[in-house]
Amino acid sequence: MSRYTSATDADRAAMLDAIGVGSLEDLFAEIPEAVRLRRPLDLPPGMAEQEVFDHLSSLAARNRHADSEVTFLGAGMYDHYVPALIDSILGRSEFLTPYTPYQPEISQGGLQVMFEFQTAISELTGLAVSNASVYEGPSAVAAAGYLAKQETKRTKLVVSRGLHPHSRETLVTHAAGYRMTVEEAPLRADGASDSDALAALIDDDTAAVFVQQPNFLGTVEDLESLGGAAKRTGALFVVAADPLPLGILQPPGELGADICVGEGQTLGNRLDFGGPSFGFFAADQRFIRKMPGRIAGETRDVDGKRGFVLTLQTREQHIRREKATHNICTAQALNALAGVVYLSWLGKRGLVEMGELMARRTHYARESLGLEAINPGPVVREFAVRVPDLDGLFERARAEGLNPGYRLADTYPEYEDGLLVAITERRTRADIDRLAALVGSVREGAAA
Amino acid sequence: MNEQNAIDSASLPNRSRLDPRADEHTVTIYERSVEGRRAFTAPVDEVPEVAIEDLLPAWAVRERPAELPEVSEPEIVRHFNGLSKKNFDLDTGFYPLGSCTMKHNPKLHERVAALPGHARLHPLQDSEYAQGALELMYRLQGALGEIAGLPHVSLQPSAGSHGELAGLLLTRAYHEDRGEHRHKVLTPDTAHGTNPATVTMAGYEVVKVGTDDHGGVDIDDLRAKADSDVACLMLTNPNTLGLFDRNIEEIAGIVHGVGATLYYDGANLNAVMGISRPGDMGFDIVHYNLHKSFTQPHGGGGPGAGPIAVSDRIEPYLPRPQVVREAGPCNGSGPLFALDNDRPKSIGKMRGFQGNFGVFVRSYAYICSLGGEGLKEASETAVLNANYLRARLGEEDIASYLPIAFDRICMHEFVLSGRGARDELGIKTLDLAKRMLDHQVHPPTVYFPLLVEEALMIEPTETEPKERLDHFAEVVRSILREAREDPEIARNAPYTTPVRRLDEAGAAKRPVVRQGMGSNPGDPGRAADKPAGASGAL
Repeated sequence: MSRYTSATDADRAAMLDAIGVGSLEDLFAEIPEAVRLRRPLDLPPGMAEQEVFDHLSSLAARNRHADSEVTFLGAGMYDHYVPALIDSILGRSEFLTPYTPYQPEISQGGLQVMFEFQTAISELTGLAVSNASVYEGPSAVAAAGYLAKQETKRTKLVVSRGLHPHSRETLVTHAAGYRMTVEEAPLRADGASDSDALAALIDDDTAAVFVQQPNFLGTVEDLESLGGAAKRTGALFVVAADPLPLGILQPPGELGADICVGEGQTLGNRLDFGGPSFGFFAADQRFIRKMPGRIAGETRDVDGKRGFVLTLQTREQHIRREKATHNICTAQALNALAGVVYLSWLGKRGLVEMGELMARRTHYARESLGLEAINPGPVVREFAVRVPDLDGLFERARAEGLNPGYRLADTYPEYEDGLLVAITERRTRADIDRLAALVGSVREGAAA
Repeated sequence: MNEQNAIDSASLPNRSRLDPRADEHTVTIYERSVEGRRAFTAPVDEVPEVAIEDLLPAWAVRERPAELPEVSEPEIVRHFNGLSKKNFDLDTGFYPLGSCTMKHNPKLHERVAALPGHARLHPLQDSEYAQGALELMYRLQGALGEIAGLPHVSLQPSAGSHGELAGLLLTRAYHEDRGEHRHKVLTPDTAHGTNPATVTMAGYEVVKVGTDDHGGVDIDDLRAKADSDVACLMLTNPNTLGLFDRNIEEIAGIVHGVGATLYYDGANLNAVMGISRPGDMGFDIVHYNLHKSFTQPHGGGGPGAGPIAVSDRIEPYLPRPQVVREAGPCNGSGPLFALDNDRPKSIGKMRGFQGNFGVFVRSYAYICSLGGEGLKEASETAVLNANYLRARLGEEDIASYLPIAFDRICMHEFVLSGRGARDELGIKTLDLAKRMLDHQVHPPTVYFPLLVEEALMIEPTETEPKERLDHFAEVVRSILREAREDPEIARNAPYTTPVRRLDEAGAAKRPVVRQGMGSNPGDPGRAADKPAGASGAL
């Protein structure tokens, strides 16, 4: 008997008898001999539960994780505290083990969660319609490109270099499929997106213009002026946003964004080496019938009782097939649940307090490090600096259990000595002072 | 705003606070909000106190806080626990949702996924400090490749549909690299909806291929439509009827003969693990649904993961980065596993970072638990269970109303037609499904595949014991018996669920997709959009 199955020899015999065949082998008679695998799979033998636990524990022990070092690494995913009630709620079988709510009468919990999630995302982004989640951040950016293609029938997408490199690359990958080209506008010398450079690329064939808030270097972008050029030619203005700082930043929807997408890891999801988290997709009311993915809507049952259903399903692949607005089926419902629980936990005031706390510590860190800023403008959770001896800093810091951040040169060769430093509520003043002291001593060493 | 609406808007929040029976009603977290309540306490801020206005320019600062709820921790927990109790789930009962492989989700997997070395690992951690994670991914790639019979694996795609898209983008890259420009993709009329939707997203045109009398691909139709404009045939085998296509070698020959790729939709892989391999059948590209065959919990609609495996000729185009094993230095130090971004012919990234690693941990744990023999036994038992249930539902008093679409040995699932029940009893498949809800079983997938009238697609999986299958057959029998006496009972079902049949048409006609917040700037014309009785301003 294989693990997790129940059929005893007696069961098997009775079942084969009921089927009317003599052996298990008879059930596979339809498979041509030439494509049968007549040898065991070349995999290690099965293991007892405790052996699997020990094996995976030993693998996990070889990773240096965010509790085993002080990390200033961000660049798209961040070391935020995940409150204990999220583990408790997500661990409930009723949320963990059902599938997509195809039968709404027995799925009201999941559907209402989607409705509450959509509401929270609409509130954060300032846009009227949110779906119930997409995979993650960069592919959400690509989904916005696909909506722009269907909406405008144009063939060009323009991105700011301030958009996360993974988002830009993912957009290019997907656009190769839906037959669009992607052109990139450089950043200004101060690390902000350049509205003139964007305007120079935007023409009548431009379907959408993409920027990120805050941008990859951490700069808070002036969305209103960046969106202006897009609006003049009828292109859609797409903002990829980190939803957590939106607690203190003007919502993109109020600054001209037609679509706001983003990576939801910062809302109550674990780092998990990059996933699963969730992506979100919010848009202006006029795109409600062009959105990708599941959307929950409020309705009534036959007795007049309030309830929720998956709605506007004629957009979706299982109904519309080749004319669907997107091919997505399974999304990230459980991770979106973590998102709405997290936002409920922070609450209306806590979200603002969290944003202000991050902004204050970020400014404190930037001043304490005393390094030349690549992006001297406004920042709220991350900033980029030039480090005279970056390799030296990494060597010293890693030896002392500290991770100074992200080496910008990995994706921005123009910032050869650039370091991107991320601050969360997990990084205390003492942590920041430690990093500053290390920077100071490495700099002295370099100068000597 | 009509009167009913005004009453609801005014009374819901109050009722939720004051009425001890409030949980019998549907109350949102926003309606539980009371000004001044909170769950979060900010950590002590030791950095200098500076006003936000001094840190950010005025144009950047939010003028009005987002209307998130103000609720205490105990009430948040009660709210979401209360919601959870309105869900039916796999840990509670039988869930034979066809093509979804609702098999048991081992509890061990949640424990190992939550280990800090996994859950707290940053995706951009240097490879040197992420060797355990990279080794896990490398081992999972190897195991998946062996199961599919295709040597090169990318774990990156986020779900099956994302894997399908990756597969077609790979096909395009492969052909363009050879100077070929093809614009059509063939999909059988039994295909999952994601297949044709993916074809369009990948910039191709869908050409449908028919189904023959045995439930397989219509070979003549395929031959007629396969030409040098065809880039790919997307196929599920066993297909969505639960039938293994015995002409698979001939199909592969036709597709390869015109230079197209053969794509395997792995949604039904649970039928054939260790028994027959897509690579050996001639497929060039396969996706796996780790949330189906490999036990990632379905989460109410994700997360999943949709890794792909490919043949040698497709390998150069795989997404980047790839996890690779490098020869380590002789002294044993230095990384052995690395992320390789230097792939000049790659289609690029399908998403951020390396994929849904937390899903990989669970699927890898599953493969470790079962081993090669165990995986084969899992598939054998899945097929045994499906055929046993097929036989039970084939008993005369059931089959006369719910005839099987193709009466032959099935693989891991099978499809019944509700034609007889509709014509002779006056209950549709929808009614049958809704009545099942009163019996605490999840209905099968309904009205799919499209070529079977009133379809019921049933996939019991290997983790169900015989007595659960027997019980399901008895549930179906009792509903049919009841309908013979009074079809109205099924037509008006369900009765025992948290809500009864919902007005889906009304929901789509006048969509209310968020809580009304009154004066919301991002929320124009809310009052006009609302159906009678929708929640309103707080």
